[in-house]
Amino acid sequence: MLPRHRRFLGICCVLIIVGLASFLILKSFQDNLLYYLTPSDVIAGKAPEDREFRIGGLVVVGSFYREEGSLTSQFTLTDGAATVNVNYRGILPDLFREGQGIIVRGLFNKSRVFIASEVLAKHDENYMPPEIHALSTPTE
Amino acid sequence: MDLKQIYKYGSPPQYFKLSLKSENWFLIPGIFLMIIGCVGGLFIAPPDYQMGDAFRIIYFHVPSAFLSMSAYAYMAGAALIGIVWRSNVAFSVAKSIAPFGASFTFLALVTGMLWGKPMWGTVWVWDARLTSEFILLLLFLGYILLHLSIKEQKKADLAASVLALTGVINLPIIHYSVVWWNTLHQASTISKLSSSSITGDMLWPLLVMIFGYGFFFWGVICRVVASEILKREKRSKWVEQYIKELR
Repeated sequence: MLPRHRRFLGICCVLIIVGLASFLILKSFQDNLLYYLTPSDVIAGKAPEDREFRIGGLVVVGSFYREEGSLTSQFTLTDGAATVNVNYRGILPDLFREGQGIIVRGLFNKSRVFIASEVLAKHDENYMPPEIHALSTPTE
Repeated sequence: MDLKQIYKYGSPPQYFKLSLKSENWFLIPGIFLMIIGCVGGLFIAPPDYQMGDAFRIIYFHVPSAFLSMSAYAYMAGAALIGIVWRSNVAFSVAKSIAPFGASFTFLALVTGMLWGKPMWGTVWVWDARLTSEFILLLLFLGYILLHLSIKEQKKADLAASVLALTGVINLPIIHYSVVWWNTLHQASTISKLSSSSITGDMLWPLLVMIFGYGFFFWGVICRVVASEILKREKRSKWVEQYIKELR
């Protein structure tokens, strides 16, 4: 075996070991790496009780309500299967609108309303000019 | 063509000449493409239906992010060749790429943060995509610092290259982070070949910019590698000869 073959094999071994190690680490931290839970996860009881966590979902069309002159808004998040009612006091991001993907961080209160301390808008990977969008969603 | 011809460029003077010769072949098309891409992206492409003109930062964010990852792949490839073939030229290439890879990673992060503030409502979150891209920046910086901290050239090359190679594992993690985990960061727009996530009139400046960044990057790297080789070979005859010819 030439020295350079030995060095090449050595590098391969190191890479395989590092790859395996990363795989195991990432697998065991799978839950922590999830940035948010879906409403279905929450209903299934996967949400922590004692600390803040995040829920991601679409704002149900027609569910948004905010009193005139108030910063407190209410809306419902859905993933198609389950829904969560959210209450938030503060300024909403630009992309916040009904039908849009949103991530909220906070805790449930006693009446199972999610009190959010932070609202983030999730943008999808689709980009299009307004005319194309009007064509693709004629009902709006 | 005989494949062994490629060994010729393992010799520092040959590679030095090659990089000086090819510099403009990368740099000029790179700058040209970047100008076209900027005009196309900033003025010709239509605004987005939701984000308006703010989406235009994609024309800088995506090419920077793309280049930051490919720069790392090039660096690791050069490090591999350096270790296996004990090639000083390959080590020079790896060392030259590191600061530019770090710069483009930094650009990708900053442009993302500028966009994230108005759109997401936050500058930074520790989701899988942002965190793994940040680790990429740390890997580049780690390579640079490790190389700086070891005085002896050969040892520094070897140690830094091993670091670069082990960090390769981060590349698939960055790429698939948006698929494997729920992230705030959106999924890839252009790597999906099947469905169109972006319309053609918005897409072409993006592709032009990606190629422009790539060519520009290699143009700069050619020049930096040439100077790195000169520095390493400063005591050799051919450098002496070269300097004499310059005068």
